[in-house]
Amino acid sequence: MRTLHHFHGGIHPTSHKSLSTHQSIARAPLPKSLVIPLRQHAGEAAKPCVNVGDHVLKGQRIGTPSATLSSSIHAPTSGTIASIALHQIAHPSALPDLCITLIPDGKDTWIKREAVDFLALSANEMQQHLRDFGIVGLGGATFPSDLKLRHPIKVDTLILNGAECEPYITCDDMLMRERASEIVRGIVILRHALEAGEVLIGIEDNKPEAIAAMHEAVSAAQLDYAVVAVPTIYPGGSAKHLIKVLTGLEVPSGKLPTDIGVQCFNVATALSIKRALDDGEPLISRIVTITGNVEHPRNYEALIGTAFSDLIDLSVAKRDTNRYIMGGPMMGVVLPAVNVPLVKSSNCVIAASDTLFPPAPPALPCIRCTRCAQVCPAELQPQDLYWFAKSNNFGKAQEYSLADCIECGVCAYVCPSHIPLVQYYRYAKSEIRERSAEKLAADKARERHEYRQFRIEREKQEKAEKLAQREAASKAAAVVAPSTPSVDDTQQIRINEAIERAKAQAAEAHPKNTDALTPEQQAEIASIEARRAKIRELATDAGADDEPHKTS
Amino acid sequence: MLSSPFITTPTSVNQIMLRVLLALIPGIALYVWYFGPAILVSITLASITALATEAVMLKLRDRPIKPFLSDHSALLTAWLLALSIPPLAPWWLVVVGTAFAIVVAKHLYGGLGSNAFNPAMIGYAVLIISFPAHMTHWLTPHALGGIELDFAQQLSYIFHGTLPAGLTLDAVTMATPLDTLKTQLHLGLSVSEIRDMPIYGRLAGHGSEMVALGFAIGGLYLLFTRIISWHLPLVYLGTLFAVAGIFHVFDPTHYVTPLFHWFSGAAMIGAFFILTDPVTSPTTAKGKIIFAAGAALLTYLIRVFGGFPDGMAFATILMNICVPLIDLYTQPKVFGKKDGLL
Repeated sequence: MRTLHHFHGGIHPTSHKSLSTHQSIARAPLPKSLVIPLRQHAGEAAKPCVNVGDHVLKGQRIGTPSATLSSSIHAPTSGTIASIALHQIAHPSALPDLCITLIPDGKDTWIKREAVDFLALSANEMQQHLRDFGIVGLGGATFPSDLKLRHPIKVDTLILNGAECEPYITCDDMLMRERASEIVRGIVILRHALEAGEVLIGIEDNKPEAIAAMHEAVSAAQLDYAVVAVPTIYPGGSAKHLIKVLTGLEVPSGKLPTDIGVQCFNVATALSIKRALDDGEPLISRIVTITGNVEHPRNYEALIGTAFSDLIDLSVAKRDTNRYIMGGPMMGVVLPAVNVPLVKSSNCVIAASDTLFPPAPPALPCIRCTRCAQVCPAELQPQDLYWFAKSNNFGKAQEYSLADCIECGVCAYVCPSHIPLVQYYRYAKSEIRERSAEKLAADKARERHEYRQFRIEREKQEKAEKLAQREAASKAAAVVAPSTPSVDDTQQIRINEAIERAKAQAAEAHPKNTDALTPEQQAEIASIEARRAKIRELATDAGADDEPHKTS
Repeated sequence: MLSSPFITTPTSVNQIMLRVLLALIPGIALYVWYFGPAILVSITLASITALATEAVMLKLRDRPIKPFLSDHSALLTAWLLALSIPPLAPWWLVVVGTAFAIVVAKHLYGGLGSNAFNPAMIGYAVLIISFPAHMTHWLTPHALGGIELDFAQQLSYIFHGTLPAGLTLDAVTMATPLDTLKTQLHLGLSVSEIRDMPIYGRLAGHGSEMVALGFAIGGLYLLFTRIISWHLPLVYLGTLFAVAGIFHVFDPTHYVTPLFHWFSGAAMIGAFFILTDPVTSPTTAKGKIIFAAGAALLTYLIRVFGGFPDGMAFATILMNICVPLIDLYTQPKVFGKKDGLL
């Protein structure tokens, strides 16, 4: 038996997982159209590499990485590209993003799929392959997997995250129950790629079937991987906290797990890596849990780009459903619309009603009871951070390590005053981001201005020197032929200088590069502004003792 | 809710306060058993005053009345204050103390969650400084068999200030066991001689030691249901025991046992119910330990060397002053920022 470690805090919310584990994973039917966002991963959106009207095959690449931190996007089925345009996506800001709309031809014809012997690949080739196949982390962060293999530091421990700590979500649980051997095959590839020492597969002990299935698959493959049942505690599935539980090591703040010789992948990511290499299939579908206030909660294997509404219709939402949450109840977001497309990060949709998730009573002032600090897995002092965020004291908030907050929501979960703490932290974080961006821009503008001043000064000196030389020359000439052109010359130089000064002043009045922005930049600014406005609104709504809730 | 988390625990501020009130009941019951029902009169008076002043202040401060009035925090202040005033005190003493606690110590500092000092202790401090004579007439426990007032006579004294013909207040009341100890030590008696006096029981004052035990039982309930953390009560009682123990071991004729200190005066109710007020105590674990140890030390020093028979209230207020500083210097290291990491 392995010695497990524990992290500070955490909570034990009711899991509600059994709702959606009674039935096996169902394959969702082919929808009439697929809307595939080009940004489904951390970093830059992919560049479309098809044109409207093109016929594409299932698994054909339709978007290529546009930067190092980017990934590829593929056609989930065969069909015709109907449009490449802005479309609403599953982002709480309700702002549209660039998406490729694909009308399936119903034939589901694959591209030529070729198995690749991963043992024959160099490290670079392996990374390039995963990048070409659009493999990103399926645990939620959608970080491109190829980049996680690129770190130069040696990995002693490879951890597979099957903790799945959020209530309601069961997609990884069902995946491990049903496709354990494929996951294990993916782990073999990852271990080879990372040249990792030991392999630990961490699964919360509320999933005995998944643990058994993984055990069986590991022993069937005659591997020495350890399937470890970790205590069920939220947020035990947070990578840094799972690492702590399994190894006792704490990833230093601002560092990566590889800095302490650990790398962590989600179990579903391992499976998609296996498919990319063994089967030649890019990441075009995922398992998603449809649960909560529905008649038939279940897990579906759905193509990327399928509208959530299609999946919810399969499970049949109950009548009093009034909103849908993407993700779990602790960290999920309310879907801006139900017809937005499924993306690589979509692990769960919970149909919600006021009975299922009753609205919180009005917030009372903080009484400093520190129940939040007792449960905070980041070991922060949430009551102090709340105070600083509320009073816009962002410097102090940073000093108290606001950046280390993982927004897991346990503080708000236990707060007896029902203060929406996480909203305050999101607000403070976005303000800090905005301010540092503004400061950066101001610094750049100042540097430009200072350089300009320096240059003008230098030019002035050079001119003065030239003038002095010329005057000396003309004086020498005047001895021969006296005339007055030198006066004109100096005047001309003075005029030139005045023009220069005026130009400089005009430039100063326009210090920032605010015009001639690309549409993308404008869209980004608009989206950031909208998010900030929304958060600000939420934070003011929540301000209990600033804005008294009148009950009469 | 508009954003995550969408689920919460059912725990609320008013439930917590309610549990704390509930935990006071064993102590109050024993109080009534040993000293008669007069204490219930002061608790009622204080409660009514607290709710009324709380409502007025909320109204004046333009705050919603219902959610704040039902948080039970004003009631808790009222009960704690009533329990630290002699039950036979005139009615206006209770009213003035409670009103001061709620109006000045709580609302003028910003209301629930914003007060720097424990309101009940401020109320008590104001009374003992302003009306010291009224604060020394404590009831004699039944068991001592002295002259006793019946309930009607007690009510008559509380509300009209009249005693049955031929009786003086001194005849029906006594000083607290801590007060008596201090006076008698001054008069040159030894601890063992004083302890032989009938007002003392097995551990400390007759009757009052049992009330303290009642508060300890209620306090342990709060501890085990995790309404309060162990740091404050255990460190407070531990430090008090240690300090009193050292003095007692070196000079038992002049310094009473640590148990005497535990079960006298406000030590028990203070350890479990007063220091543990979250608003006015530190938030960090280390801070709580410093706070409680400091309060215990001050309690002992005031009791033994200071001008007041008990030191709990002043110790609490003095330590309340230090809370922001304690919090500032006891910030724990966050995840990933511990010493010895990369």
